[in-house]
Parts: sequence; structure tokens; C-alpha cells
Amino acid sequence: MCGADSRRSNHHWKPPMTALSALIRRDIRIALRVGGGALIGVLFFLTVVVLMPFAVGPDLALLSRLGPAILWLGALLASLLTLDRLFMADHEDGSLDLITMSRTPLELACAAKALAHWLAAGLPLIVATPVLGLLLNLDMVATGAVALTLLAGTPALTFTGMIGAALAVTLHRGGLLMAVLVLPLSIPVLIFGVAASQAVIVGPMTFGAPFSILCALSLVSLVIGPFAAAASLRHGLD
Amino acid sequence: MTLIDLANPTRFLALTARVLPWLAAATVLLLAIGLYQTALAPDDYQQGATVKIMFIHVPNAWLSMFVWGVMSIASLGTLVWRHPLADVAAKAAAPIGAAFTFLALLTGSLWGRPMWGTYWEWDARLTSVLILFLMYLGLMALWRAVDDPSRAARAAAVLTLVGALNLPIIKFSVDWWNTLHQPASVMRMGGSALDKSFLIPLLVMAIAFTLLFVTLHLAAMRNEILRRRVRSLQMMQASRVAFSSEMGATSRGQNASKEVGAA
Repeated sequence: MCGADSRRSNHHWKPPMTALSALIRRDIRIALRVGGGALIGVLFFLTVVVLMPFAVGPDLALLSRLGPAILWLGALLASLLTLDRLFMADHEDGSLDLITMSRTPLELACAAKALAHWLAAGLPLIVATPVLGLLLNLDMVATGAVALTLLAGTPALTFTGMIGAALAVTLHRGGLLMAVLVLPLSIPVLIFGVAASQAVIVGPMTFGAPFSILCALSLVSLVIGPFAAAASLRHGLD
Repeated sequence: MTLIDLANPTRFLALTARVLPWLAAATVLLLAIGLYQTALAPDDYQQGATVKIMFIHVPNAWLSMFVWGVMSIASLGTLVWRHPLADVAAKAAAPIGAAFTFLALLTGSLWGRPMWGTYWEWDARLTSVLILFLMYLGLMALWRAVDDPSRAARAAAVLTLVGALNLPIIKFSVDWWNTLHQPASVMRMGGSALDKSFLIPLLVMAIAFTLLFVTLHLAAMRNEILRRRVRSLQMMQASRVAFSSEMGATSRGQNASKEVGAA
């Protein structure tokens, strides 16, 4: 019905947008249904955070001091591990070839896929943050600050990680190699994300400066990520 | 003689065979001059003789970044111009760059021991060079992970260019992080401008190390070209062996059945 509708209203002319929104909807649906595994990222996040007190001891004061760092590291690892599948599943069933050959620019398609991935796998991490903040003895303000910095910073993780995912699918190698390649690139995001959260909790520093740099990093990766991933897919797939 | 004339590997091999001895000789000569001048340079009034580590440390640190620049240009050559030797250049440069970066870290920490009292300080420069080293190692791991050189080349080229865009950002954020955590406790080299007695040996050493890099890079490129030729010869031979053993297997099978029949 939808298809007939859009064919009848041809004079509206918005094919790229509909193609992209269809791609986004499809990716989110696949990620949330059985076999998608977007929510496993949240479970991993929870497990990493629960492991931390066993490593550093159940000292609540220490945990609340380390809290933002632990949450950021957990989110970084969780978003990295789920990225492995960003292009791999599409490559296996052949839909990645269709996306590559379609008239929609590959850069935009990559951006749409990353956006869908962030909506399906990144947002749940932020929703889970308040619960995990309770476990780490963070108060309301601190938890809110961490959640806000995660909201601003995780797009950067997804969009830089997408480059690694594109390399992984062209090389038929994932896992550790991808982590080794992508993790150094995410150091700036980690620095400014933790700094902005700490600025709210302890710091004499203002929240604004590191937070706006964090947003800037997200915007820069929004530009670089799709181009690099598309270049890697275009040169690497055969 | 333009860059495109070097696209033929055989011509490149012939040219570099002629150039390399001269380059090596110039490197040895300049290194000798630089080391002699280093030995003659006066001790620093604060740092004593340890200041002479600088003459090795600074050229290594300079080359650690320069080599990434060379690899980025080579990556552009791979992705944009499809120059056949560009990926050879990029691949050959990575381990050399990693070695220079490692030497910069090593000499830096040896220098830091008498100056700061510790081998490792989470100083902004040390930290960003360490991250650069990690990125070199990741790139080398990428080259080694894929057996098809041209496929690996394009992936490595994308990663090198992304790294080249990201390295200034990383440098900036590490600087920011460092000033946040420990405000200027680290003694900085050369608060005043360098004296001429230090500057001239340093420049000579920098040029000598750059020449050393060029020499090693060309030699490594030659090795890589030869290695690829050996590889393709081996693959040809392997396919020939596989083909003939297929034939042999059938004839041997016939022999075996004959033997079984005889028994």
C-alpha cells in the first residue's frame, strides 16, 4: 500500500529520503528481533559494570569516584562489540551488494545504517545508565551528567567504529583486529566524555568546554565515518 | 623521470639498485659527522651529559610522524591514482615507522629516568607518541592479517588516511587531558631557544636519520617487490604441482590397483 501511495504521489520527489528511512527502519527491526542481538550490548554493559566492584573492591566511595570512567569504558566496549555485525550480516545474505549498487549514495546509506545501529544499540546503553549509576553509588546529578555525555559521545563511537566494521567485512576478519584498529581512534571521545562528567561531579572545571568538544567530535566523526566506510566498502568488496 | 615511470617494478628495481649505495654512503657519512659533533657538544649546565640523548631522541620523534605522512601520501597513491608501487611503499614504511616510534619512546624514557626520576610519565607528548606506536602496530597487524596484498593495501590505505586525520585530534585531546590532570609539573626541554652548539648537531642528526629512513625504505620496498615475485612464482609452482599430482594420483591409483591385482 505504501509503495502504491508513493508511486501515485510521484511529483513529491523524495526518493533518497524514503530509501534511507526504509533502510533505517529495516535495520532497527532486524536488530531488535530474534537473531539481531542489539540488546546483548546492554547485557554486556551491565556485566562489565558488575565486574568492576570485584576488581577494585566494594568500597562505595571509590566506586563513586571511578563511576563515570567505568560507565564510559563499559559503553565504549559494548558499542565496539556490537559494531562487529554492522555490515557482516548484510554481507552474508547479499543485501550489502544491493546497497552498494543502488542509486542512493553509498556514503548516505552507510550513515543511515550507522544511525539505525546507534538507535538500536547505542540508545539502550544510555537508558540503562541510571540503573548502573545506582550500582556504582552515583547520585542523580552525576548519573544525569554521565547519561548526557554518553548521549553526545556514543554517536562518535558508532561512526568511527563503522570504519572498523567496513574494514572487517572487506577483509573477512573481525573481532580483535577491529578492536585494535578502532580503539586508539576513540581515545579523544573517552577523554572528553569522562572529563565532562567529572566536571559536573567534582571539578572546578566548567561542564561546557569539554561537552562542546565532545559534541564537535561527534559531528566530525559524522562526516568522516560514512566517507571512510564507503571508500573501504567500494574498494574492498568484489 | 616522473613518478609514473617508476610504476614499472623492474625499472624501479634497476634505478634503486644504482641509487641505494650512494644513499647508504651518504647516510653513514652524515651519521658519523653528526655523532662526532654530538660528542663535541658541551654538556648542559642543568642536565649534564644526559642532554646528548636529545640528539638521538628528537630525530626519532620527528621521523615517527614523518613516516606516517609518507604512508598517507602513499595511501592517496593507492586509492586515488592506483599507482602500482604505492601500496608497496605504504607496506614497507609501516615497520620502519614503528621502529622509529619505539626508539623515540625508548630514548625518551631513558632520558626521563635521570630528569624526572621515572621511566614513564603520563606526559602529553609521551602519551600521544605511545598512541601513535599502537596505531603503527595495528596497521602492521592489518597488513599481516590478510594474505592478498592488494586487498590489504586498500584497507590499510583507508585506515592510514583516517589515522592521519585523527592524529592531530588525538594529540590535541591528550594535551588537554594532561593539563587537566597535572598542570605543568614536567620539566620542559629548552625553555629558551636552543644554543647554536646544540642546534647544528641536532640538524645534522635529523638529516642523517631522514636519509637513513629513505635508504631503509627503498631497500624494504625492493624486498617487498621481490617477496611478491617469489610469492607469485611459488603460487604458480604450487598450482603446477597440484595439477601434476592430480595426474600422478590417477596413474598411481592405476599402479596400486595393478599391484593389488598382482598380489
